[in-house]
Amino acid sequence: MHRIEVRLKHDFPDAKGLGLVKDIHDLGITAVTDIRVVDIYWLDADLTSAELELICRSLLADPVTQEYQYDQDSWGGDAYHIVEVAYNAGVADPVEATIMKAVRDLGIEKAKAVRTAKRYLIELKADSYQLKAISLEVICNRLLVNPIIQHVVEQKSVIFPENPQYRFKLEWVNILKSTEEALSKIKQQFGFSDDEFRAIIDYFHRRGQDPTDVELEALAQTWSEHCVHKTFKGRIKFGDITVDNLLRSTIMKATEELNKPWCLSVFEDNAGVIDFDGFWALCFKVETHNHPSAVEPYGGAATGIGGVVRDIMGTGLGAKPIVNTDVFCFGPPDFSYDRLPRGVLHPRRIFKGVRAGVADYGNRLGIPTLNGAILFDERYVANPLVFCGTVGLLPRKISQRGQQSSGDLVVLAGGKTGRDGIHGVTFASEQLTEESTAVSYTSVQIGDPIVEKKLIDALLQARNRGLYSRITDCGGGGLSSAVGEMAAETGVHVYLDRVPLKYTGLSYTEIWISESQERMVLAVPPNCVEELLTLFADNDVEATVIGEFTNDRRLQLFYHEELVCDLNMEFLHHGRPQLRAEAVWEKPGHDEPDFAPPQDLTKSLLQVLGAWNVCSKEWVIRQYDHEVQGGSVLKPLVGKNNDGPGDAAIIKPLPDSKMGVIVSNGINAKYGEIDPYWMAASAIDESLRQIIAVGGNLKRVALLDNFCWGNTSRPDMLGALVRAAQACHDMSVVYETPFISGKDSLNNEFQFEGKVISVPHTLLISAIGVMEDVSRAISMDFKQAGDLIYLVGTTNNELGGSEYFRLNGFIGNNVPEVNPHEAKELLDKLSKATEKGLVKACHDLSEGGLGVAVAEMAFAGGLGVIVHLKSVPLGEPIDREDFILFSESNARFLVEVAPENGVEFEKMMAGIELAAIGQVTDAETLEIYGLNSRKVVDTSIQKLKDAWQRPIRW
Amino acid sequence: MGKVRTLILLAPGTNCDVETEVAFQQAGAEVSPVHIGELIRREKRLSDYHIMVIPGGFTYGDDISAGKVLANELRLKLGEDIERFVEKGGLILGICNGFQVLVKAGILPELSNTASSSLTLSVNDSGRFECRWVYLSVNPESPCVFTKGIAHMYLPVAHGEGKVVVPRDIGLARGLSHLNAVLYYSDEHGNTNAGYPYNPNGSVGNIAGICDSSGRIFGLMPHPERHIRGTQHPQWTRRGAEDYGDGFQVFLNAVEWAIRA
Repeated sequence: MHRIEVRLKHDFPDAKGLGLVKDIHDLGITAVTDIRVVDIYWLDADLTSAELELICRSLLADPVTQEYQYDQDSWGGDAYHIVEVAYNAGVADPVEATIMKAVRDLGIEKAKAVRTAKRYLIELKADSYQLKAISLEVICNRLLVNPIIQHVVEQKSVIFPENPQYRFKLEWVNILKSTEEALSKIKQQFGFSDDEFRAIIDYFHRRGQDPTDVELEALAQTWSEHCVHKTFKGRIKFGDITVDNLLRSTIMKATEELNKPWCLSVFEDNAGVIDFDGFWALCFKVETHNHPSAVEPYGGAATGIGGVVRDIMGTGLGAKPIVNTDVFCFGPPDFSYDRLPRGVLHPRRIFKGVRAGVADYGNRLGIPTLNGAILFDERYVANPLVFCGTVGLLPRKISQRGQQSSGDLVVLAGGKTGRDGIHGVTFASEQLTEESTAVSYTSVQIGDPIVEKKLIDALLQARNRGLYSRITDCGGGGLSSAVGEMAAETGVHVYLDRVPLKYTGLSYTEIWISESQERMVLAVPPNCVEELLTLFADNDVEATVIGEFTNDRRLQLFYHEELVCDLNMEFLHHGRPQLRAEAVWEKPGHDEPDFAPPQDLTKSLLQVLGAWNVCSKEWVIRQYDHEVQGGSVLKPLVGKNNDGPGDAAIIKPLPDSKMGVIVSNGINAKYGEIDPYWMAASAIDESLRQIIAVGGNLKRVALLDNFCWGNTSRPDMLGALVRAAQACHDMSVVYETPFISGKDSLNNEFQFEGKVISVPHTLLISAIGVMEDVSRAISMDFKQAGDLIYLVGTTNNELGGSEYFRLNGFIGNNVPEVNPHEAKELLDKLSKATEKGLVKACHDLSEGGLGVAVAEMAFAGGLGVIVHLKSVPLGEPIDREDFILFSESNARFLVEVAPENGVEFEKMMAGIELAAIGQVTDAETLEIYGLNSRKVVDTSIQKLKDAWQRPIRW
Repeated sequence: MGKVRTLILLAPGTNCDVETEVAFQQAGAEVSPVHIGELIRREKRLSDYHIMVIPGGFTYGDDISAGKVLANELRLKLGEDIERFVEKGGLILGICNGFQVLVKAGILPELSNTASSSLTLSVNDSGRFECRWVYLSVNPESPCVFTKGIAHMYLPVAHGEGKVVVPRDIGLARGLSHLNAVLYYSDEHGNTNAGYPYNPNGSVGNIAGICDSSGRIFGLMPHPERHIRGTQHPQWTRRGAEDYGDGFQVFLNAVEWAIRA
């Protein structure tokens, strides 16, 4: 074994190290002045010094900036503190495969394995002669080491541990002649409900034989909440009504009622599909990856992106991913360390880790991240939410899910299989506890984006050559879920010993349920298989025939000729008894705010702009590549200095067509604390407002739902879910925007000191719209002094759940409601006025209401503005100026119109409540006059922008 | 004469190939995306093309350092082909990751058979990947054939390792004198000393792109292929959309030069 060390030469600054110093200062540890990072490589090989020189000089060390040494005493003896961090045994080293390849390229074939580590040399201020041991521990725990995947290297550490060998033994689980007590244990171990387990015992009684372990695992995976959504499909008693299958009777029902001809594939494939231009189709899916991101933010979030991209690859006969969208919910970045539950990572670290994971993975795949949102709430501290979405483009004629024939081969393509993510699905469906981070390491998957990128490239070629009859992704539940579902109507034989493994030691059961990343399953007609395997080999992508589809509707798994699983597909897929549950919902009563209206609203406005939920997310957005593929028309950051908050993103996916795709999202969990029905309605309205604001229309807009809820076995939790789903139906049918796909993640709660902390009811609505001509797009920044500013839509006393109330310590009760009929009319008319070219800038009013929207438009455009609150069209009398300024009533827009077009704009908007409330100026100040024409806000746009940018200027 | 044949080099992790292909097609070239394996296996030959482009991406994950592994692969397995291609008058363009590859393969600042020790591209001063638009001034003295007739450009960058670095021990002025600088980061007025974020990565001498002494090998961190139409400009909704974006001329120049040559 050889150990190589590489570091920057002394006179080159270490940017990564300096970034760490900044993070350490953020922890309140100011003694640290400098950190130099040394890259460590261990090569498992017997090399000559000439070979080592070659590897160092030509590969590992940069000839200009770096220096190296090998097989010598480690660098850093003179540093105050040295910490060396390596990956745990069993965790795939992310760069091992590349280094092995690169070393072979140098003509050196004998390296058997490679491991890497980082060695941190920490320097201190001259006067703080010693960093206290406790501080060093804090730095390690909070920044340098995540014990789930890493450890601090010590003398005794074994760098290349032996992998255990696996010896086959078929495991039977005794349930036919078992005691009640033992049965109850088995039921719990596999996570079955009483009803489910009874059905399973009956099945195996009829078969007359105990199940094997892999048979029970297959059932547990197939019947898990994550895979089958049993709550949404359950029979729910809700007050006087019984809801038989919540999904079918609300969200899917709206789609059926609307029956849009452009909906090509809804709720049956890995993503929903709509028609784009008659030749091309668009598919869209948003997934959650919450629990893994809580324990290992970087890897968890990266695999979230990887998973949803594979959903897109696995839609129809395969789509090309063209846009990513990411929405995160975290605890507040300034959350006190003292209050942090044991075993929980700090929100700031989760935030940074998730951001890095999504960016590193998404950027490497070459998919632009164009849209997103970040919400903060203390109840997300231990249970962050990570929503990853992807849009795909595919020919319309292959937009339907494929169908294999019996005799088609099962081909597993992409990454090798390891222990990653074993029991991930069950983990995702369970509650987190203080111990989760200690026990859940196998559930965290480590991704390799380049393997996935190669897989995408190869798959698109195979698709275009028509080499497979069906495709699906290997995601949650692994082969069990992917192959099991594909073969539901046919049957399948799978030879588990043929699955390529990352390392030895996996049992047949582990192979079947592993959730290793970057894998897809194809059904390949026998006459195509040779061409397909050659194509994959040429692209340096692994592809292996692991079985064949049959026609006996049985799931039969073999390990070296031994039958280890033999289940009836009918039972596996339709034998699960429907879940029965009770739901209740009662409108909660919150305290009504009783604070006095401030005289000067400037301070309030600055505060609202600087709130975590409102402030600029530029720091995050810039670290995503939003330009790759060259399609962006409206970017996430817009305006005079490319730093204003755009409403929705637009891309033009085809170089020779002027048609565009608009992507937006709506989410506001705070309203759910008052009424989940209006929360859902508001989220839908918000996502649609953004589409209208950028110049789109509602003619062809489809929606996705993503529910993240607490434990729905509690009737009140389930009641809230039912109400939100009902709103989805009611809004969808009126706006004529069908749902095409969705996902739910339940049990998002955390046990802490005997208390259960649930995430707020969180519904993300993602919208995708087709735009006929991207040259009609408009941005939200003010364009020209002298233009009129219209407020379109009525303002009500609706501050319940608002950002303004929250800053004043209240929730309130008047949650923003939606009249979808009126809102639809407003949205339709406004989109017509925009199409006519009458609208120069448009911004929807959301968190922070009128005050935030007008400030954002002003500083994004580098122009001033004068606004009169007394001109604001009110739906009910409001005597408080602060309430008018910060109300979050739905279906409202600020619209900039040239003075000469005012009359025509009003004519086109006839029947809609609106008023010119002010004018754009070149004074670079924001002036707002109150109900008595007294000035209530007077400040410079630079000050407003600064307040908005400062919180996350990291 | 026939069309200008352009090879877009693909490797694991390449991800700007499609938009680069579009840019060359619109400039009138005939474009072939070719996987590096096809060149190594001799299924395709570099000598059949007039222009070779290494597009942006994260080849081999940018593991070890950005572009390094592909650079070694090119140098060790296709070194002679590249030498002959350049001798015969071929053009080479490296964008973003492609620029990193050209430098680390020793193809820039001058074609040689070892990795350059006079220049490298290293981690941005900010320590992170950043995607933003930058103003560029073109060095009017540059022999670069790709930038003829261009004075200024507004293009996006999107990278984490784009800082141009020269050896410290010979002094900055001498270090820079070895380079044929083509593009400088500047502010909107063309001032090339405007600091971050105008210079997004801390490059010495505010250098954003260089060429070899013949002007036929060009590498740059910004992405001209991402600004070939007016609606790619981040402020087109304020200023109105031009027919073509600033980057388009780079591709036109390359194709026109290849036709004349």
